[in-house]
Amino acid sequence: MTMNTKNRKKRLNMKEKYKHMTRLGWETSYQDMDKVFPYDNYEGIKIHDWEAWEDPFRMTMDSYWKYQGEKDKKLYAIIDAFAQNNAQKNITDARYVSALKLFLTGVSPLEYQAHRGFAHVARNFRGDGPRVACQMQAIDELRHVQTQIHTLSHYNKHFNGFSEFAHWHDRVWYLSVPKSFFDDARTAGPFEFMIAIGFSFEYVLTNLLFVPFMSGAAYNGDMATVTFGFSAQSDEARHMTLGLQAIKFMLEQDPANVPIVQGWIDKWTWRGYKVLGLVSMMMDYMLPESPQSWKEAWELYFEENTVALFKDLERYGIKVPDCAGTVAAEKDHLSHQIWMTFYTHGAAAPFHTWLPDEKKMDWLSEKYPDTFDKYYRPVYEHWAKLEKEGKRYYSEMLPQLCQTCQIPMLYTEIEKGEPTQIAHRHTIFNGERFHFCSDHCKDIFENEPEKYTHAWMPVQQIFQGNCGGATLPEVLDWYKVKFGTDNLDYVGSEDEATWKQWHGQE
Amino acid sequence: MAVKSIGKYEAKMMDAVENFHGNQLVYIGWDKHRLINSAMAFPLPPQMPFGALLSDVMPMCYKDHPDFEQVVWDDSIIWNLNGELFVPDVEKSLQDNGIDHKSILRFETPNLTGLNGVGM
Repeated sequence: MTMNTKNRKKRLNMKEKYKHMTRLGWETSYQDMDKVFPYDNYEGIKIHDWEAWEDPFRMTMDSYWKYQGEKDKKLYAIIDAFAQNNAQKNITDARYVSALKLFLTGVSPLEYQAHRGFAHVARNFRGDGPRVACQMQAIDELRHVQTQIHTLSHYNKHFNGFSEFAHWHDRVWYLSVPKSFFDDARTAGPFEFMIAIGFSFEYVLTNLLFVPFMSGAAYNGDMATVTFGFSAQSDEARHMTLGLQAIKFMLEQDPANVPIVQGWIDKWTWRGYKVLGLVSMMMDYMLPESPQSWKEAWELYFEENTVALFKDLERYGIKVPDCAGTVAAEKDHLSHQIWMTFYTHGAAAPFHTWLPDEKKMDWLSEKYPDTFDKYYRPVYEHWAKLEKEGKRYYSEMLPQLCQTCQIPMLYTEIEKGEPTQIAHRHTIFNGERFHFCSDHCKDIFENEPEKYTHAWMPVQQIFQGNCGGATLPEVLDWYKVKFGTDNLDYVGSEDEATWKQWHGQE
Repeated sequence: MAVKSIGKYEAKMMDAVENFHGNQLVYIGWDKHRLINSAMAFPLPPQMPFGALLSDVMPMCYKDHPDFEQVVWDDSIIWNLNGELFVPDVEKSLQDNGIDHKSILRFETPNLTGLNGVGM
């Protein structure tokens, strides 16, 4: 060794190191900055000083790898232990697995979409602070989709309904709801994307997805999913901080940004709420043991926590989105109306549905004293009678869809005091009629009609002949959903037979 | 309002009537009969007589509601086409009744109130 180690330079302190490892910005000299960054100025958001961005992550790539590597080691150790101990046999009931199927098919592809979206905006903000922060989040999201697939892959060895999730994301009718949500966000400009996903979804709504669902997994004996949830949740906390920094940065830069940001908050809170309708049904109907009702979760995470957050934003002139009133009115009905829809269209979805049993119905009566016994219990009792007669009800029809959220038009006029009258709204654009499930979806369309006329609406696509054929077996074939295996009622399914065999109940 | 974009952004009419092979989409809904979760979509020829809706199309959808067998298609039915009260002529075609592509046709049966009498 010839190097004089005694005179080696002192290590950088954290602050200096952070500065060196996140320095990506410079003024271009022979290219116009607007050509290098073409996307961050057309939405109308005015940024006067990109240096004012305070990176809430305060994390550099070397510490990121170390931190995430440690978390992954713990996660994979538990997944291995779960597999080796055949812990899938220890869950409460095989019905629970349908909730996991919904999670993998509905949510996991969104993590990948989030990765793509954050990678895109990380390239396109001209300030290096938000670029670095978004880059870290892009990697987090990619890690989430990988760990979710790994966590759930063990179930794929024993249960139907997992194998084709990536194919299903692009084709299956109900998955057009979460898909269109992210397609909409990713085709917006970078600032709208940050409000859509970084703020509205991550900050305002993600707790509703991760916290109650993971405690639901714990209640039902699924420790692998709980561990995944813990591993992801520490990232989510960082993502929420980024979302909050993004909105404050926009609001503080210029007062002209405030109404634009408010419009995006209104739009994306509503769109996010519609996607979370799937979660309401998971919580209330799909978990054999439910730790908390959808209504309770909504009250805690939205009405208490989020409304407090909006109080903090009031000083910028931001107010609670108008849709909050509609959502509050709907919380007593939402999960029931959605589960009814999936129960009747259960021949076309790749997971199992079933009627709530007496114990579950009593729990629902207790949690929803104003609505369940009056409106929904008689429906389930009617269908139970048909099932007993061997006439399980499956709708053979295709529903009318909302042009904006793409959900079947199943929502009723609850806010207007007519809880059994389906809400119908429409507008004319370019000489053609478009239909909506709510005033909020209609407003979103009318604000950018050109965008939503492009929507790939599953029902319309089937009737146009673009989905393998006109009959259900042809469409399911095109979906790669195996009829009688991946779909139909839980009772009589292979999943049920496997479960009974494991537990000596044949 | 229009889309904010970095270039020209034209509306692509994904569900134009030309894409439906001679049919048009018609949505049919039975008000306050929530057992059938939503209005349903049907690709129908515009020349189809309105009467065929009652005899051929409606039963496919609504036979699953116990009220349906008691429906009498008389003056007691309140029809609504695209949000306006409507009186159909059962002899005439959909087109001649003013039912065009992506119309929503709803009917209400005041004498039948659904399961539990609350509109389900």
